[in-house]
Amino acid sequence: MSNLTRRSPRIDATPWLEALPAMTRLSFRGGPDASAAAARGFGVALPTAACRANAVGPRAALWMGPDEHLLLAPLTDSAALRVALAEALGQTPHSIVDIGHRQVAFLVKGPQAEWLLGTGCPLDLDLGAFPVGMCTRTVYMKSEIYLWRTAADVFHLETWRSFTPYVVDMLIDAAQELVA
Amino acid sequence: MKARTTTGGRVDRSKKIQFTFDGRSYEGLAGDTLASALLANGVHLIGRSFKYHRPRGILGSGSEEPNALVTVTRDAARRTPNLRATQVEIYEGMTAESQNRWPSLEFDVGAINNLLSPMLPAGFYNKTFMWPRSWWFKVYEPKIRAAAGLGVAPTLPDPDRYAQQYVHCEVLVVGAGPAGLAAAAAAAQSGARVILCDEQAEMGGSLLSERSATIEGLPAMDWVAQTLASLRANPRVRVLARTTAFGYFPHNHVGLSERLTEHLATTPANLPRERLWQVRASEVVLATGGIERPLIFPGNDIPGVMLAAAARTYANRYGVRVGERIAVLAGSDAAFEAAVDLSATGATVAVIADVRPVGSIDGPGYAAAKSARLRILPNATALGVTGKLRVEGLQLGLIGADGQVVAGNTIACDTIVMSGGYTPSVHLHSQSRGKLSYDETLGAFLPAATVERTRSAGFSRGVSGLAAALNDGATAGAAAAAAAGLHTTAAPLSASSLDAGLAGQPGALPQLAGLIPPKKAFVDFQNDVTTRDIALAQREGFESIEHIKRYTTTGMATDQGKTSGLNALGIVAATSNRRLAEVGLTTYRMPYTPVTFGAFAGAARGEQFDPVRRTPSHDWAVARGGVFEDVGNWKRTRYFPIGSEDMDAAVHRECLGVRNSVGMFDASTLGKIEVVGKDAAEFLNRFYVNNWTSLGVNRSRYGILCRDDGFVYDDGVIVRLADDRFHVTTTTGGAARVFGMMEDYIQTEWQDLSVWITSTTEQWAVVAVQGPKAREVLAKVVTNVDLSAAALPHMGVAHGQIGGIPVILMRVSFTGELGFEINVPAEYGTDLWEAIYAAGQEFAITPYGTEAMHVLRAEKGYIIVGQDTDGTLTPDDAGVAWAIGKTKRDFVGKRGMERPALKAANRKQLVGLLTADPAVVLEEGAQVVLEPNRPIPFAMIGHVTSSYFSATLGRSIAMAVVEGGRSKMDQTLHVAMPGGDIPVKVVSTVFYDPQGARLNV
Amino acid sequence: MLVIECPYCGARPEPEFAYGGQAHVARPSEPATTTEDELLQYLYLRDNTRGLFRERWRHVRGCGRFFNAIRDTTTDFFVTTYKVGERPDLPGVGA
Repeated sequence: MSNLTRRSPRIDATPWLEALPAMTRLSFRGGPDASAAAARGFGVALPTAACRANAVGPRAALWMGPDEHLLLAPLTDSAALRVALAEALGQTPHSIVDIGHRQVAFLVKGPQAEWLLGTGCPLDLDLGAFPVGMCTRTVYMKSEIYLWRTAADVFHLETWRSFTPYVVDMLIDAAQELVA
Repeated sequence: MKARTTTGGRVDRSKKIQFTFDGRSYEGLAGDTLASALLANGVHLIGRSFKYHRPRGILGSGSEEPNALVTVTRDAARRTPNLRATQVEIYEGMTAESQNRWPSLEFDVGAINNLLSPMLPAGFYNKTFMWPRSWWFKVYEPKIRAAAGLGVAPTLPDPDRYAQQYVHCEVLVVGAGPAGLAAAAAAAQSGARVILCDEQAEMGGSLLSERSATIEGLPAMDWVAQTLASLRANPRVRVLARTTAFGYFPHNHVGLSERLTEHLATTPANLPRERLWQVRASEVVLATGGIERPLIFPGNDIPGVMLAAAARTYANRYGVRVGERIAVLAGSDAAFEAAVDLSATGATVAVIADVRPVGSIDGPGYAAAKSARLRILPNATALGVTGKLRVEGLQLGLIGADGQVVAGNTIACDTIVMSGGYTPSVHLHSQSRGKLSYDETLGAFLPAATVERTRSAGFSRGVSGLAAALNDGATAGAAAAAAAGLHTTAAPLSASSLDAGLAGQPGALPQLAGLIPPKKAFVDFQNDVTTRDIALAQREGFESIEHIKRYTTTGMATDQGKTSGLNALGIVAATSNRRLAEVGLTTYRMPYTPVTFGAFAGAARGEQFDPVRRTPSHDWAVARGGVFEDVGNWKRTRYFPIGSEDMDAAVHRECLGVRNSVGMFDASTLGKIEVVGKDAAEFLNRFYVNNWTSLGVNRSRYGILCRDDGFVYDDGVIVRLADDRFHVTTTTGGAARVFGMMEDYIQTEWQDLSVWITSTTEQWAVVAVQGPKAREVLAKVVTNVDLSAAALPHMGVAHGQIGGIPVILMRVSFTGELGFEINVPAEYGTDLWEAIYAAGQEFAITPYGTEAMHVLRAEKGYIIVGQDTDGTLTPDDAGVAWAIGKTKRDFVGKRGMERPALKAANRKQLVGLLTADPAVVLEEGAQVVLEPNRPIPFAMIGHVTSSYFSATLGRSIAMAVVEGGRSKMDQTLHVAMPGGDIPVKVVSTVFYDPQGARLNV
Repeated sequence: MLVIECPYCGARPEPEFAYGGQAHVARPSEPATTTEDELLQYLYLRDNTRGLFRERWRHVRGCGRFFNAIRDTTTDFFVTTYKVGERPDLPGVGA
């Protein structure tokens, strides 16, 4: 039989939206000892400050809760990364769960990105209140989203897979005003 | 445009605009509202009133207008009723119509209500239509609905787009009059994020109606332009015109409704029609100004009777002469200022009749009228108005030294303008739960203590006079910025203007307060409430102003007391000999003016109303005509009809396909939670009723979850993937709440456990392959797995590959057949589905939906939590007590289910039911009773929870919860139905293959 | 839409939170010795406080943590929020 093909939700590129490729995505949960140990295996410090992300090259660690981090890495790192984390963590209590397919990532970008997200996200996204490097779970309309500001006018956004069309369609609907 | 002045005003005389009103063509100017354009054409008759169908004209010039409600139509789907003509900006080709009249505005059959009005007093509906009771829904309610109401809503779907926006700022300023502009400018100087909104098309508030005021040495509107330009140039400031702050919600959350395209002749396709702004402000400045009060006298609603401020606005802002011969009825100094400006339009001011005692008439307006040599008549009152569709005269009364009123002349006039003084607009302050206190000097309520971080400025808190209002605004704006942590100081602003006095005395004309006039004197124009209605309510024992409001409907609906509120209070105070402050004020409610459903709905409509979650097989199912059902937000295929099959036929075929060969089912929506940590087993031990420590790696078990009250909450198969790792499945609908409940116990009750949970619902796509040929289908696609019964027995778990992708195979069955659930990372789900379908072709594999799944599991007596249980069944009631780990010290629900009442012998227990007639399928929810043909009342001892026609068994089957059901085996009970009782026999819930022979192969 | 101070994430909008009922209702952990009355109290009986009330919230669309708050039920204003396991004493605030 032929190989199964990986099929991601279609996100048409617009000046404000950009699909991101599939990536290695791990949910890391554990106490401070475990986060510190994981950082050694991951090569990126897992932030201890709330709602902050650390990115080194293509790898990033995002604080999601006091015992939870989202680890992102290129798809090709997957196997090696699992080994490195297991070695670094040893017997330190923790949980690592592969959520590479659970979420879909894309960028909301451009000078109107903040405004566009404001059509459905009730957070204050002003640079002063939500600076570059800040990340959090929050909501966009009726969907939960993961939001990470990677530059003044670039947000890395993730949704659970089945919510992606809803969020993307809502953003495209709201962005109609930006066409002119 | 016979009533247009030759110069002046803020309309663009070079841009003429054609529009129609009630089918007649008129010409207006750019900058006109529908009201100002109609007045410019001499049209005063605009509508008919709500209850009595009395002819009505234009009372005001803005959002306070209670009378001039119109319908504006762009096309059949864009017909907007109940717009105030005073707020509608005309555009080329606009089609507007009057409302509440038939067959025409001039001759309206419904006006018979005016003659019948002695029979339509306050509380009329409550009194008349209560008997006979049965008539209410059939006769009264529909007839009243048809006769009442104002405009007619369109029946077509709204084709426009409505946007929503969250926005945050340090200072929100509501109202762009002098105080609001000064507040915004002062706050903006601090570097604060500022939002300034105003409901009007043009900003400037009261300054738009001024002729000669100056600010900082500039003509007032030049200062406005300069200030706005500077605000707009500031990237931290957002200036929103045509934007109404309609609601003040907790924690400084303010709702704004912006109208983007209502004023445009052609609307750009990419622009939303309206935008709902949800503002979160650190500080709010309310600079909402005030509204002039009508005077209350007989005939005060006849077209041509108008507020003095409105008449002045039409003169100064729109260049419209509201009448040729105008009588002025003054209850405040502002009326004199209006009289002077009206006479400047070329109209004749026939008289200024002042209702106040002679000694109290004074002020800058009065002085200006005197020097303009206008005829002033003190100690006067109005006894009536002549004219029907338009004012023809004002019947004056003269107040003697003894206070007695004698009839005076009737002054011929085509227009009467009136001023009872100004009411500060405290609506938003009141909505924010701020307190109000009565100011005797002004004759109005003013904002007192605040609850939210808000402050009022300018006339909305009683500060009158241009310079004072400006500086009050500037001070408030600077203080608001400072309270938000920014620093600025307000530079003093200089201004000059006439500054007429705004004080008045609320209520009916003082001289009339005791003698309620025999003719209708309107208090609330929009709801047709007269002085008599308010007096009647009091005679009938309504004392509280809240009760009077509801009984008479004064100040209700869209008016929200804008023009009527204080006058109604004044009448109640006078007739009950109370001070107005004692009577108190009714609560102002949101919205300040009506907000469209479109604005509230935003983009959440149609397909986008709610997230639609689709499974990997969705598109495949769509292509094959699959019929879907909603399960939470998921779309699940209910059945896959072939050709002309209906649901029964399709389900029949699908069930037999599974039982006789093999079927496939998309089980991806099941909730999945990965439980990881050295205490994972111990956590599940405490959480689920079952014992988990004994479960081996790569084995699975059916788990039951209860709440601490001992009732079944959720269920699902749980797999042990490693010593410290479990894969927990939940019901589709229960995924989120089970996850939340797990977090609750981990975080708050069992902090001693080293365990974490992660939702993997969307990480995995799941295809269930069920039926005697399931193993053969799998054998064609799975590699690296021994699928034999010995290597992979029932409830066993194996890891293999399909198409090069690692999969987890769970040998589980929700059908009673040999079955597997294949878990694959979600993005391979679509290909997996198609691969299984292709591999199953030689066995005629049958894709089946949720309906067949329900039948198949019911044949085996497998419960569905939420269908066969309802939150009041213990595991024992549901027949799954075998799952309970009896030796465990504790688990969630252990103590709860030990309560005596939960162990009683006559508890409702799940049993099977078989009808005597195998063709009869019971209705789910039908009641079970002991005896046929019993007398009423009788005991209902249970109800049917699941009922289907089983194709496999060739007969109907059902499950039911029945009191003491398991002790009633083989007894005959009855299911009560409207068509007669249906006899049923109590049987086991397992209808098919009770030995499980088909499972263990 | 209230603003709620998550003890971990700071001030956040209400749509991110789920209400969790009265705070400090301890689960009886020894079924063998839990009396009917203790069970009744735990399962069903809750205060209906007019004024300052200790209650639970979960930052479900944020960090996921349960926490406690003291809120005035007459005004919807929060006095404070605090983590599970903490219990600040405040004059006038009941158990």
